[in-house]
Amino acid sequence: MNRRLFTAAAALAICLPLAVQAGNRFITVASTTSTQNSGLYEFLLPQFTKKSGIEVRVVAVGTGQAIRLARNGDADVLLVHHKGSEEKFVEEGFGVKRLDVMYNDFVVVGPRSDPAGIKGEKDIAKALSAIAEKKAPFVSRGDDSGTNKKERELWKDAGVDARAASGTWYRESGSGMGATLNAASGMRGYTLTDRATWLKFKNKGNLEILSEGDPRLFNQYGVILVNPEKHAHVKTAAGQAFIDWLVSKAGQAAINSYKVNGQQLFFANAGEKRS
Amino acid sequence: MHDFGNAFLTALEMIVRLDADLVEIVGLSLAVNLSAVAISAVIGFPLGAALALFRFPGRTFATVLVNALMGLPPVVVGLVVYIMLSRAGPFGVFNLLFTPGAMIVAQVILITPIIASLTRQSVEDLWIEYEEHLRSIGAGRRFTVMTLLWDARFSLTTALLAGFGRAAAEVGAVMIVGGNIDHVTRVMTTAIALEVSKGDLALALGLGLILLVLSLGVNAAVYLVRGRARYRAAA
Repeated sequence: MNRRLFTAAAALAICLPLAVQAGNRFITVASTTSTQNSGLYEFLLPQFTKKSGIEVRVVAVGTGQAIRLARNGDADVLLVHHKGSEEKFVEEGFGVKRLDVMYNDFVVVGPRSDPAGIKGEKDIAKALSAIAEKKAPFVSRGDDSGTNKKERELWKDAGVDARAASGTWYRESGSGMGATLNAASGMRGYTLTDRATWLKFKNKGNLEILSEGDPRLFNQYGVILVNPEKHAHVKTAAGQAFIDWLVSKAGQAAINSYKVNGQQLFFANAGEKRS
Repeated sequence: MHDFGNAFLTALEMIVRLDADLVEIVGLSLAVNLSAVAISAVIGFPLGAALALFRFPGRTFATVLVNALMGLPPVVVGLVVYIMLSRAGPFGVFNLLFTPGAMIVAQVILITPIIASLTRQSVEDLWIEYEEHLRSIGAGRRFTVMTLLWDARFSLTTALLAGFGRAAAEVGAVMIVGGNIDHVTRVMTTAIALEVSKGDLALALGLGLILLVLSLGVNAAVYLVRGRARYRAAA
């Protein structure tokens, strides 16, 4: 009797994992939480899959972690938002070529009471300086993501060593955009977020956009095929097909047509020349 | 506080209309968790029994180690399994990363110590009672292990349930090695984490309620089966 039980358990142990493995044609894309939380992929990917028959599996983590995944060869395509890191990734030979895909912008959100008085401040450096001066709570991603890298650059512009104040008014949540917004909402603090995640975010509480519109808040997304010379198993053809579609007229139109509450979240700009 | 009310309604609504995504996520969760429990039982039962019954050098150390491993943090297990299964790692060629298979591997590492440890305790307690008898009939090692495991079967179901509980509740390991990929590796706990990060607290809490109901269902089923078997064993 107990032997039969063991046999059954063993059979279950072997069969179930096999049964749950899917075997379609697919590529793995390492990308960012901002694109996933905004709902873009759920809108975009079925359109590509329908046309090409290629399933796209998105692993959404911070830009820093996404790049590490791609470096290890655990993804075929990288779609993130920190140009400096992306170019470095290509220079080091891990990526084939970097292409612009789309952009939106970052905004500073904070409590309606606005203790630092930055509402309507167009100059992001001045807004951040005011927050630092008032020692108003600011929640940072603190996770080496694209948004976090951007935020550090902005603090530098503002001439504030925010990380020196870590643990006091400057709080590093070490988590994704949504979790950081939840934290900001909970502690009535300020934070930097991409506009797409913000618009889609449902737990705004008493947070609202306070500073926006500085050209430095520009948020460019780029796409890169992982270099098959570094990782021979990279699905070059399928990955390239996905990239080609993203920057094609059809893909760009699809990106532009994604709207939440009538508001466009991403602006396609593949192939555009910018200074 | 209206989040709780909303959560309840959301959960109820999803269950009533058998939301397709929900069914898929629940199915995958059960498949991954039950596979992990089954594999862990195959390893953990004999391992626990061996620790209880056999004298060998380092036995005390092994026992303490297995007990300590019950407290393994899921994120650490996830990270180690990621490094192993990554393309840059030693087992990269198996292409297991970001698949349910990888999630099962991580959960087996998490659960096996729990099952082995609880098995060891049950078998050891029973051994005190059975030792004289089994020795007098000259029972071999294999027979002894099998007999004790079989006679401890009712307490061993608790070990299985403890393992299942751990598997169903953890998010750290499956998030890292599964990647929370929609329709591929998204399970209940990673779906909840995702909804929290979207700020949809009602939906996240609703999913949490469903997870709780699921756990209740599994435990109730085991309780019924055990009760019936016990009744029959006594009759």
